[in-house]
Amino acid sequence: MRRRTVGRTVGPSDSRTVAFGVRAVSGVVILLSISPTVRPSVAQDTSAVDRGVRIGIIYRPGVRPGLVVLPGAGAALDSVRTIIARDLDLSDRFELITLPGGDSIRVSAAPSLAGAGRPPAGARGGAAAGLNYQLYQALGADFAVGLALVGDTTVLAVHDVTAGGVRREFRSRLPPLKDPEFRMAVHRLTDHILEATLGVGGIAATRILFVMDGKVYVIDEDGADKRLVSSSDHQAMSPAWAPDGRRFSYMEFWAGHGQLFVQPVGPGKRQPVATTGQALDFTPAFSPDGKTLAFSRATEEGTDIYTVNIKDNCCLQRLTVGRFSDNLSPTYSPDGQRIAFVSTRPGLPQVYAMAADGTDQQLFAPFDYGVTGSSNAPDWSPDGQSVAFHRDVGGTLQVFVLDVRTRAVRQLTSLGRNEDPTWAPDSRHLAFVSDRSGYRQLWIIDLETGRIRPLLQQSGARLPAWSPRLPETASSTP
Amino acid sequence: MKRLSLVLLSAIAAATYAACSHSPPPAVTPQPNSDSIAALERARQDSIDKAAADARAREEADRRRQQQIADSLAGIGKTSEAVRTMLATLIHFDYDKANIRPEDASVLDQKASILQANPNVRIRISGHCDERGSDEYNLALGNRRATAAKQYLVSHGIEAARIETVSYGEERPLAQGHDEAAWAQNRRDETEIIAGGDALRQP
Repeated sequence: MRRRTVGRTVGPSDSRTVAFGVRAVSGVVILLSISPTVRPSVAQDTSAVDRGVRIGIIYRPGVRPGLVVLPGAGAALDSVRTIIARDLDLSDRFELITLPGGDSIRVSAAPSLAGAGRPPAGARGGAAAGLNYQLYQALGADFAVGLALVGDTTVLAVHDVTAGGVRREFRSRLPPLKDPEFRMAVHRLTDHILEATLGVGGIAATRILFVMDGKVYVIDEDGADKRLVSSSDHQAMSPAWAPDGRRFSYMEFWAGHGQLFVQPVGPGKRQPVATTGQALDFTPAFSPDGKTLAFSRATEEGTDIYTVNIKDNCCLQRLTVGRFSDNLSPTYSPDGQRIAFVSTRPGLPQVYAMAADGTDQQLFAPFDYGVTGSSNAPDWSPDGQSVAFHRDVGGTLQVFVLDVRTRAVRQLTSLGRNEDPTWAPDSRHLAFVSDRSGYRQLWIIDLETGRIRPLLQQSGARLPAWSPRLPETASSTP
Repeated sequence: MKRLSLVLLSAIAAATYAACSHSPPPAVTPQPNSDSIAALERARQDSIDKAAADARAREEADRRRQQQIADSLAGIGKTSEAVRTMLATLIHFDYDKANIRPEDASVLDQKASILQANPNVRIRISGHCDERGSDEYNLALGNRRATAAKQYLVSHGIEAARIETVSYGEERPLAQGHDEAAWAQNRRDETEIIAGGDALRQP
């Protein structure tokens, strides 16, 4: 995506979204660029997406390629098509184009839309049978996605509209509609489309853990399939994914102590983490190799960061010794070399970093002493380039992002209270908790477009944790 | 009294024996002395009265003793309750702070004397926070608040082993509101007795 980006100067006439974008550009890796003359600017806090057909105007959709999801062949694929179209929209990487007239545009030679695979030899005007590449191009599409059913195999064809041919084709046997695996299988198709078109990994086949009413839930990234994954008489907090997407860890209150557990996503029993539960142990975080669990332990000496080997369930190590300060909320860099964490050594909590063995501790996110508010809940991005956290601004919390290389900090949110950000595996989306709608619930922001959407319209959800890209077997029903 | 009854019984027995032992009717039927009958009657009545009085006295004494026990139990209970209430008094904190306020120091002083007067009592102090801070950071902050109270008590002569500390962060609010009044109530330490709290003595 980034390599397609064309940087451009943004005029003063643009809305505050663009100002946000400029900050984004100055800040980090992310280049946000919006074509101000053509597209309505996407307001930072807008949940709705502007979609529709723009015929008769010069349509160059900024840096985002246009994509049209072609009508499916037959009602059997309606659900698949709808889910994929929504996934593509939620990926924030395309201008989704709707065909004028809806399905009726599906011109003459409809039946062999994608199922035929390659365009038949001698297709007219370089277009595949039933595909009107010129029209799609005129509508601004760079890609077209077609679906067809061949026997019990769903065939997904990604067309390169400009080249006028099929770029990639994916065949898969989708589970039946009622199967709990159905949606996740379709999400994987969406991620294939991103790979085929942009060469990037998608986030459609991901899930988000969160806590509600003291219990741990999981929900698909598109807001579907909310499920309870851990329920006991003990209040739970701070779920965290293992890097393989097959396990997660969380904390439960046990008689005033904090007991950590590691639980498989699929069937299987949870295991208590050795050495935890005798003190208040909380905020577990897996190392990228999945062998170590870092966590915070509160004792009468204060709170400090420890690690334990969860492969062999042994070998407790203490990483920080803060006699007069608290150290908590560890998060590993993706190479496993460093840990960002919260320390109260400057008085108020701020974001620090250290080597994974506890040495070389230093301030990470700069702040103005006596001016900047408390900073908490850091989460290191999967690409290693950013650390998201929240900071007290004027008595409420806002989500910030630290650029690891330049140490520049920028504020992402301003509406309401926004906290506990967690990175999507694409390192450009963040899930977080916000009360912008009047009550605390989960939201997702795309850092490149600034688009914000609610994930779950339910009060009381908090402490989200975004999964890595989920492996095929990890998606089975918990 | 008993002796009198015996005398009475033997007199009756003697009279019966006398009446039966001689098969030939005696010439003279002895006439009971009217005086002695009256005396016997009086003695019998006396003994009944005395027994009744004794029983009454015993009952009265029992009642008094039971009342005394009840009274003293109630007294102990009342003291216990007062001490318990004192021990359970909440102390409060400023926003994002864990230092003991001066007004709460005197509360902790009283708690220290209670703990000294009741050496078998063990307590658990739990630190709590308001909802404004970060959820996870509040666990550390609550821990500091609980520890601060414990350190105060220990520095005033209470054995550290008698005091457990825990933190619930903002997870167990006392007041449900979302304003400063509620927050101020929720930034607190709670104290609960975990052992030796059956009969508490006033310091």
